[in-house]
Amino acid sequence: MPKNVPMVKVYILGEGFDVPEGSTIITALEYAGFQLTVGVGCREGFCGACGTLYREKGDYKLQAGLACQTVVTDGMNIAQIPFVPAEKPIYDINKIDPDIDAFKILYPTLFRCVGCNTCTKICPQDIEVMDYVQALIRGDVARAADLSFDCIRCGLCALRCPAEIVQYNAAILARRLTGKYLLPKSPDLENRVKEIAEGLYEEELQKLEKANAETIKKRYYDRDIKTG
Amino acid sequence: MYPEYMRKSIRRVEKTRSERLKLARSGKTIFPMMSEEERQEVLDNFHPDYKKDARKKVRIGPNKGEKITTKVVDVLEAYSRIKPEYFDLKHPDYETDVLVIGAGSAGFSASLLASENGADVLLVTKLRIGDSNSMMAQGGIQAAVRPDDNPLLHYLDVMGGGHFDNKPDLVKALVSEAPDAIHWLQELGVMFDRNEDGTMLTKPGGGTCRPRMHSARDYTGAAICRTIRDEVLNRPDKIKILEHQPAVELIKDDKGNVAGAVLYHLENRNYFTVKAKATIIATGGFGRLHIKNFETTNHYGATADGLVIAYRAGANLLYMDSVQYHPTGAVYPPQILGFLCTEKLRGLGAQPVNKNGDLFVHPLEPRDIEASAFIRECTDSNMGIETPGGQVGIWLDSPLIEKLSGPGTIKKNLPAMLRQFERFDVDITQDPILVYPTLHYQNGGIEINDHCETKVNGLFVAGEASGGVHGRNRLMGNSQLDLIVFGRRAGIYAAQYAKKAKTGALTLSHITEYDKEVEKIGVDKKHISPMVLPDYTPSSVKERQHTTEYQGTLR
Repeated sequence: MPKNVPMVKVYILGEGFDVPEGSTIITALEYAGFQLTVGVGCREGFCGACGTLYREKGDYKLQAGLACQTVVTDGMNIAQIPFVPAEKPIYDINKIDPDIDAFKILYPTLFRCVGCNTCTKICPQDIEVMDYVQALIRGDVARAADLSFDCIRCGLCALRCPAEIVQYNAAILARRLTGKYLLPKSPDLENRVKEIAEGLYEEELQKLEKANAETIKKRYYDRDIKTG
Repeated sequence: MYPEYMRKSIRRVEKTRSERLKLARSGKTIFPMMSEEERQEVLDNFHPDYKKDARKKVRIGPNKGEKITTKVVDVLEAYSRIKPEYFDLKHPDYETDVLVIGAGSAGFSASLLASENGADVLLVTKLRIGDSNSMMAQGGIQAAVRPDDNPLLHYLDVMGGGHFDNKPDLVKALVSEAPDAIHWLQELGVMFDRNEDGTMLTKPGGGTCRPRMHSARDYTGAAICRTIRDEVLNRPDKIKILEHQPAVELIKDDKGNVAGAVLYHLENRNYFTVKAKATIIATGGFGRLHIKNFETTNHYGATADGLVIAYRAGANLLYMDSVQYHPTGAVYPPQILGFLCTEKLRGLGAQPVNKNGDLFVHPLEPRDIEASAFIRECTDSNMGIETPGGQVGIWLDSPLIEKLSGPGTIKKNLPAMLRQFERFDVDITQDPILVYPTLHYQNGGIEINDHCETKVNGLFVAGEASGGVHGRNRLMGNSQLDLIVFGRRAGIYAAQYAKKAKTGALTLSHITEYDKEVEKIGVDKKHISPMVLPDYTPSSVKERQHTTEYQGTLR
């Protein structure tokens, strides 16, 4: 990092540290000397390991973000939430129908939603969490799957929910039911799986497997290319 | 937002956009594909692997005498983290049929199939389960499913992409099981993108001769990984999970077979021993070694641990002289330096252009060729754009996607990309993205056969940690496929092996022997591997850590 970068003060577990302006919370923690073993994962906003609560200077509000995606501000107060010990019911996806009954049995707390919208406000992915909870309450599993698609399971919604709902676990069930039962089956896929099971390409593949480099090269550079 | 001097260059990109749009709509090729000779020339001159200091000879172990990637040699020529005499191997802390090391999509697939084939599974991982490169993959997963496509064409693409070095038996397994892998994932509940008629949406990727890329928006890896993770979590009676406990050595038995591992708990610093009839390494790759000081797209734990412990146990490596740099890593803004900009951007029509807005390479060459062409444009041709922080990149003209396919296309198909840049005030529907190659993937790895077996009995490998299927360059969408196809295979064959295995007395003598070899070549005692986690502590902090001892990168 260049020497002339302006510094800002952040408070980690209450203690102040000077860190370079423009740092994310993760790089600020590391700059301050913390070697992270939890509360860190992919560092690109996909795994949900680095959910973090913070409060900005002069503000009373607790805000939340992913530590790898949130830029620090001067006076920011930080506490990481690496894990939420939320309930995860066990089920056999082959024995569940994609309707409201599944959620009544496995996630009864959904129906306690008071509509406060706290989950939506805290979501670092800007997902309409409350809307997908409401969709599940209506039995609209596909809608919940669509709305929750970008969930990375950081767990912050469940952490702040006054009704003790585990939104992100209910959401993965909604998506799995949608992917398995509600999306159309691709006839091409079914057909190709069948062809391969019947050994349609086996002989040709074996020939390719045994072919010398020159033959393979020639066939590679001669193959026609269709991009559309 | 982009500073004014970068805006000037963006205006030149905007100027050439309508001509390039016409070209894209015409159906003609946007830029000629390189011939075999042109490909070799750009690789020789510009690919980081071909630079003088990129490789060196490894002096010990199964690949002794072979030239491999310098930073990989450094972690192989190192002492073990453990002292074998500390361990009471007569009383292991855990016993299981199949031990799976690594909890990304390969580890999950292996765990599921091993449990379905009658094995009790212990799944151990360094971070939380699912915190992996698998989760971060955006663009897609290949499978020859369309009527105008077939596994033979997929086979040719894989071989050509890998410079014909790929192991044919592995490629055959990969392409012929691809449609079934998609089907398996669909039945587990992965929401693949569909066309309106219900068929799978498929897009081209670099080096594919047919549109073969199946996707789940641009969260493809996440959609797959979180679905099979949920399935793993639904089988607690068959699959036990240990988080934050990386394997730091393999354990062998007195017959020389692999028979478990030593785990290191990152929080309470305990070591634990696992006795297993079969062991599967699914630990992924090496991006956090920051080879040639490149930024990386990889997750925090990608430090080649599996490679190191397998090598010490006697398994040989294949194609570890080859590193994949993803052509499009983010260069600006600085907070996302090195982050992945999915190849799906180009699959949907985004074009790479230089500071004048001119095309200089076909957008979808195989990754190593494309990356080398970008580096040439930024160095020799001097047609790159420099950021205020001193990085250089070329433009990826993302607004073209919506010009081609209509407004809303990016929000619908690339929500992760849109969000990533929006967080830092760049709107990729309106402005292009500045990109440069970033360290992305370990092309080679521990050599396996099509049963995922290594040279050492009892040791299986699947996913990025393995070597052979991708030759010296992997194509987009074949990694996600690799994880599923070979993850499942490893699970099946490890479970079968476990049924017959008669594990002898446990030993760590191979560690003692290996450490002696390391000492013989005069390596500094402080040099320890596997790395486990990278060390990003600044030197100013270290200067004040008067009583702290580092074992390698860990305190």
